[in-house]
Amino acid sequence: MKVLVPVKRVIDYNVKVRVKSDGSGVDLNNVKMAINPFDEIAVEEAVRLKEAGTATEVVVVSIGPKASQEVLRTALAVGADRAIHLESDAELEPLAVAKCLKQVVADEQPQLVICGKQAIDDDSNQTGQMLAALLGWPQGTFASEVLPEGDAIKVTREIDGGLETLQLNLPAVVTSDLRLNEPRYASLPNIMKAKKKPLDSKPVAELGLDVAPRLKAVNYAPPAARQGGIKVENVAELIEKLRQEARVI
Amino acid sequence: MMKTLVIAEHDNQQLNAVTLNVVDAAKRLGGEIDLLVAGEGCAAVAEQAAAVSDVSRVLLADASHYAGQQAEELALLVVETVQQGGYQAVLAPSSTFGKNLTPRIAALLDVAQVSDVIEIKAVGSYVRPIYAGNVMLTVESAEPVQVLTVRPTAFDAVEQAGSAEVVSVAAAAATGLSALLGRELSKSDRPELGSAEVVVSGGRGLGDGDKYRQVLEPLADKLGAALGASRAAVDAGFVPNDYQVGQTGKIVAPQLYLAVGISGAIQHLAGMSDSKVIVAINKDPDAPIFQIADYGLEADLFEAVPELTQQL
Repeated sequence: MKVLVPVKRVIDYNVKVRVKSDGSGVDLNNVKMAINPFDEIAVEEAVRLKEAGTATEVVVVSIGPKASQEVLRTALAVGADRAIHLESDAELEPLAVAKCLKQVVADEQPQLVICGKQAIDDDSNQTGQMLAALLGWPQGTFASEVLPEGDAIKVTREIDGGLETLQLNLPAVVTSDLRLNEPRYASLPNIMKAKKKPLDSKPVAELGLDVAPRLKAVNYAPPAARQGGIKVENVAELIEKLRQEARVI
Repeated sequence: MMKTLVIAEHDNQQLNAVTLNVVDAAKRLGGEIDLLVAGEGCAAVAEQAAAVSDVSRVLLADASHYAGQQAEELALLVVETVQQGGYQAVLAPSSTFGKNLTPRIAALLDVAQVSDVIEIKAVGSYVRPIYAGNVMLTVESAEPVQVLTVRPTAFDAVEQAGSAEVVSVAAAAATGLSALLGRELSKSDRPELGSAEVVVSGGRGLGDGDKYRQVLEPLADKLGAALGASRAAVDAGFVPNDYQVGQTGKIVAPQLYLAVGISGAIQHLAGMSDSKVIVAINKDPDAPIFQIADYGLEADLFEAVPELTQQL
């Protein structure tokens, strides 16, 4: 089966984000960018399915500015076969992304789409579920294990109280949680090889979809800073403070 | 007048307490609030839902295809309910249940969703954390149906002194797209991590899973606390993932949070920094957790925690 993996270029997870002083956004000037970590896990899972003989082809897709091609090359370097870039300088909201992906699914006819459960920039956690809804496909979100079984897959999900296992009819959408796998590092020869793999790019506008923003970002602000407290000398002083001052025990 | 539909979270027997916080969030939108209970054999949940204050009506949809609470089935029911009932807002908790379900509803209604709302300024004006809680975004939505997940710890729980009418509603057609094969839920006599008044949380400083239990369980017993852990402790295999507090785990805001052997990585702080009082016990004087703790104790946790347990 063919597997489609959407990936997003986001601020690197090690970077401390800064809000612009006028509150109009997050400062992305000269900031290190990378593939969204949950999407990296999704790519790894797809590549493992191919190595296990279950998947026949792994196609990656990214929607964003020209620089998004960097994260597609990253995905190709760890084993994806082919990449599609839908170019857009405007940031698309999850619903618009899902509509674009629906179009890609119609063209590519994958049996399985594996998304990251959320992007670490806007933390929306919506795109995979929205895509599944628009396609009328089942969804296995926050997956920690994916087992294809004929024309269905078993997905173990991380839920608040523990774990849950679902059986989904194929085709289906799965979104990856942290413990699905540990992504590999791309080797230098594979990074070189990735440069020669096919990458098609076209503007999002060519899809002819309504991708206009529905939401208006009014203000970006740093969180209210929590005041640091005091250091206590010993356990007895700690207990006294908690009883007399904080009154929480 | 505003009409809001709140989706109840439950396990067919018990109404999950986070629903009380979501109703509080719904109150900030003004107008009328209905509570949807969809499940199988869940009449007891509908009764509990009817007692939730500020709720006008409880809509009960009882059908076998709602037993497992899969999003494929529930989303169709919610969309039909919204269209027939003329609701202008749909709210669910930003728990794994809500996060799984609401985007499916929003997409079918062709509206944008606002996730993990922590403040409702007015209908269509919300504050939500982005970048793992490092940025607070104020966002406006003019969508005809406002689909929101709300962070339960950011809202109060409403009282349970209501007496709403329970109305049975017809189930939507079953999709049969997915089947629930089973659940493995952590069994514990302790309070639930997400709603506990006191949380005792352990990090990699505890060394291993046995020491985690030996050192922290007696303290948690004494305080009637829930047990939590940092991502480092979970990744090292001390405890299962559902113990995890942080951006990639649970968001908690108890009255008292005791961080033991936790250095305080940004992603952990994003999950607990709204706690009322934070205590940190760590032998590293430079651990970042001390910068946000109300009371820091620089000590060997293997001596300090048993001493604390004994003196309480």
